[in-house]
Amino acid sequence: MATYAFRLNGRSVSVDSWDPGQPLLYLLRGALGLHGPKFGCGLEQCGACTVLVDKQATRSCTMPVSRAAGRDITTLEGLGTIEKPHSVQAAFIAEQAAQCGYCTNGMIMTAAALLSRTPKPTLEQVKQGLAGNLCRCGTHTRILRAVMRASQPPPRVALRRATPKQSEGGV
Amino acid sequence: MQTLSSMSSISRRDLLKTGGALVVSFAFGAVLPRRSAAQSPTADGDLAKMLDPSEVDSFLAIHADGSVTLYTGKVDIGTGLRIAVAQMAAEELGVPAERISVVDGDTGLCPDQGGTGGSTGLTRGGVEVRQAAATARKALLTLGAAQLNRPAADLTIADGQVRPLAGGSGIGIAALLGERRFSVKVDPRAPLTAPARYTVVGKPLLRPEVPDKCTGRHVYVQDFSLPGMLHARVIRPPTVGAKLVSVDESSIRSIPGIPDVRVVRIDSFLAVVSKDEWAAVRAATALKSTWSDWQGLPGNDGLVRYLRDGAIDRDEAVVSRGDPAAAMPGAAKKLSATYFWPSQSHASLGPSCAVADVRADGATIWSASQGTHGLRNNLARVFGLPVAKVRVVFLEGSGSYGTNGSDYVAADAVLLSKTIGQPVRVQWTRQDEHRWDPKGPQQLLDLQAGLDSTGRIVAWDTQMWLPATRPGGRAYLAAEAAGIAQERGQNAGALAQNGDPPYAAENVRVLVHWLKETPLVPSNLRAPGKIANVFAVESFTDELAAAAGVDPVAFRLSRLTDPRAIDALTRATTTFGWRARTSPNPQARQGNLLTGRGVAYMRYKQAENYIAMVMDVAVDPASGRIAVRRVVCAHDCGLVVNPDALRNQIEGCIVQTLSRTLHEEVKFDRSRVTSADWASYPILTFPEAPAIDVILIDRPDQPLLGAGEAATAPVAAALANAVFDATGARLRTVPFTPERVKAALRSNG
Ligand code: FES
Ligand code: FES
Repeated sequence: MATYAFRLNGRSVSVDSWDPGQPLLYLLRGALGLHGPKFGCGLEQCGACTVLVDKQATRSCTMPVSRAAGRDITTLEGLGTIEKPHSVQAAFIAEQAAQCGYCTNGMIMTAAALLSRTPKPTLEQVKQGLAGNLCRCGTHTRILRAVMRASQPPPRVALRRATPKQSEGGV
Repeated sequence: MQTLSSMSSISRRDLLKTGGALVVSFAFGAVLPRRSAAQSPTADGDLAKMLDPSEVDSFLAIHADGSVTLYTGKVDIGTGLRIAVAQMAAEELGVPAERISVVDGDTGLCPDQGGTGGSTGLTRGGVEVRQAAATARKALLTLGAAQLNRPAADLTIADGQVRPLAGGSGIGIAALLGERRFSVKVDPRAPLTAPARYTVVGKPLLRPEVPDKCTGRHVYVQDFSLPGMLHARVIRPPTVGAKLVSVDESSIRSIPGIPDVRVVRIDSFLAVVSKDEWAAVRAATALKSTWSDWQGLPGNDGLVRYLRDGAIDRDEAVVSRGDPAAAMPGAAKKLSATYFWPSQSHASLGPSCAVADVRADGATIWSASQGTHGLRNNLARVFGLPVAKVRVVFLEGSGSYGTNGSDYVAADAVLLSKTIGQPVRVQWTRQDEHRWDPKGPQQLLDLQAGLDSTGRIVAWDTQMWLPATRPGGRAYLAAEAAGIAQERGQNAGALAQNGDPPYAAENVRVLVHWLKETPLVPSNLRAPGKIANVFAVESFTDELAAAAGVDPVAFRLSRLTDPRAIDALTRATTTFGWRARTSPNPQARQGNLLTGRGVAYMRYKQAENYIAMVMDVAVDPASGRIAVRRVVCAHDCGLVVNPDALRNQIEGCIVQTLSRTLHEEVKFDRSRVTSADWASYPILTFPEAPAIDVILIDRPDQPLLGAGEAATAPVAAALANAVFDATGARLRTVPFTPERVKAALRSNG
């Protein structure tokens, strides 16, 4: 049993694993109790498991824990909270950009990484940036709207008030 | 615990003990800490919860602080049901929606309102809760009249207080009720708030779980755990009908450092369990097993012939008006065409998962099933558990759109927990979900129609080949493998609806050939049958319009009389900017692309929602790729409860069905499903996402209709009609892959 130390959501943590090849996802969801990242495929095909590793959107379902050692890892929980949401989270809430929400972790984490590189993306850049993230519920138009909204400068968004759109055109 | 009602007595102490931290946040947060008027203590100090759907107390409880909990047997699968039900009840109870929480699908707490399917979440679930709330309102007004010394007719309820209509001080509903239940039957004639006075219904209130979903706090069934719980993976047979011959347990011991893993074998049911989830994953992959050979599937190739030649259980004319066979020969123009829709998977983004705790004195199962009451009954029957001692607690999973793997995985978990005597969590793999979820069935349709010289439809005949329905529960994979006797019911939903045109037509027949045998286990998949049927009927209608030399919208409008139908079609086409002309588009070419527009209209189940859809597409003839650039949808589902949640559903219906139409087909060979992941079963991706305009036609004076699936039905037809307009080629087989598009363009010319 080896111990792996890394930064997780701003804190130093260490976890034990009997298998250096154990994907980070299982440790996050298991011993570390973080359920933001989801198991969707384990095959790097869907993006549900996405976390930030040194600010890069990374699929934790195939990333061996041995490669996480010494890195700086952020999960959805570390990105922001209901009380202090990250701008992407706030935009997703305002746009109600979730149905089942199983893909939402991957969408928000991938979008957060995209916007940190490209703060003012075009709609086309956002589409390309999310091309590897799957949503089965068909929430695409709202997710795109949410990411575009997050890339606009604030009006800060009140979480509990809806801002319905009359038309979904344009996205 | 002997009876159903004592089963529902939930001791706070027991739940804490068995349920762990997550139950605390799930159940206590919503219901249990408030020991209140509606939850009068039973002899042993437990909290009794009524379940009889004729009782008001089964549907709602008013707590000492004036907050309200609603209980519904329908479940919210990411569809916005919870907020919509809360809004409907808020309107009757005079309690702000924020003060109302909803418990859904827990068989220990919620009355049985039937499974969540066929868009009945609000039409039955919400409407029944609303009637209970209206009855409660009446009771509260009566109590208030006595306390305030005024006639009930002079009182109202607002902000959780019974108040004189004329103004003046009121009294809180919790104080009025005191330490009592309502103890009244639901009154079907209790007056409902008039739609003109609605203040909450019709508002786009935010779904309260979305912030949790966006911050990692929402507890999905995949996130749920119990103390002492073991993780399991089931090793399914490599082919659909294979039997387990032998297992080499030593094969997992070679994994260095692996913690304890137990192999469970019951006949052909094979699983590994471990405290350590990753150990279970590794063991499941490493475990060597040999299985018998099996080749009982027809394979994808030649499926149309297989269906056409299949043994027929019975023929059923689901629509029969006049005599199309007699009228057809006299028609001036006769058309016929065959349409095919392939088998498709629910393909839930998160593979199914369940937790079961089977004990000597009862069983609790945490599941994302869309029919928790039905699941409870069936699990009890198959695994020999007294139904009164089985409780299924609903927890959201990944979107399911019908019966995906959730019921199967619950059976896996029950069998394992029962066998090893500990709580067990079973997580399916991606491949499990794609291979083993029961599938939306393939559909074959032959259409024929005749027009007279003036263009009237004088004969219409639809024949469809569908899997027969058999009564009883769907056989669980686990029980099948373990050799446990069970029913072999088969039901994939109301597959035969919408096979007739919604237009004036004189002689119409829809004949269903119910087939004895079809490949793969069929299941209800969103809008069962109706997507394919409308694809055929509305594509064929376009073919008739083209044959008649009439603009497709004008052709439809002139054959509609229902004003709501005409309104939907007119609004969609007006918003789109439809200009009348015949198809194909004479000016289709834009650079390298061929562009066109298509329309489809339908009334869901010929009795519910009116939906018209228009699409703008560009086809690249070189690559065969279709780009959907814009979708306009006019949607009339009567009274709108929550317009934003409704739009979310409609948008989802459109995008998901575009995915099904453009990409999706379950592939199988002679022995197994071969499209077992997202590479072999691709779905629509972001670069393909169209712009969507949803026009909600709100009719507060009309009954509300479900909206979880209706907008799926016209999608494929609108797309096929747009491709025809752009290219002159008619696509009659789904999915519209680039190869199929290119082949259609070649044969066109
Ligand atoms: S779970 Fe990691 S990409 Fe799907
Ligand atoms: S919201 Fe359900 S998968 Fe995206």
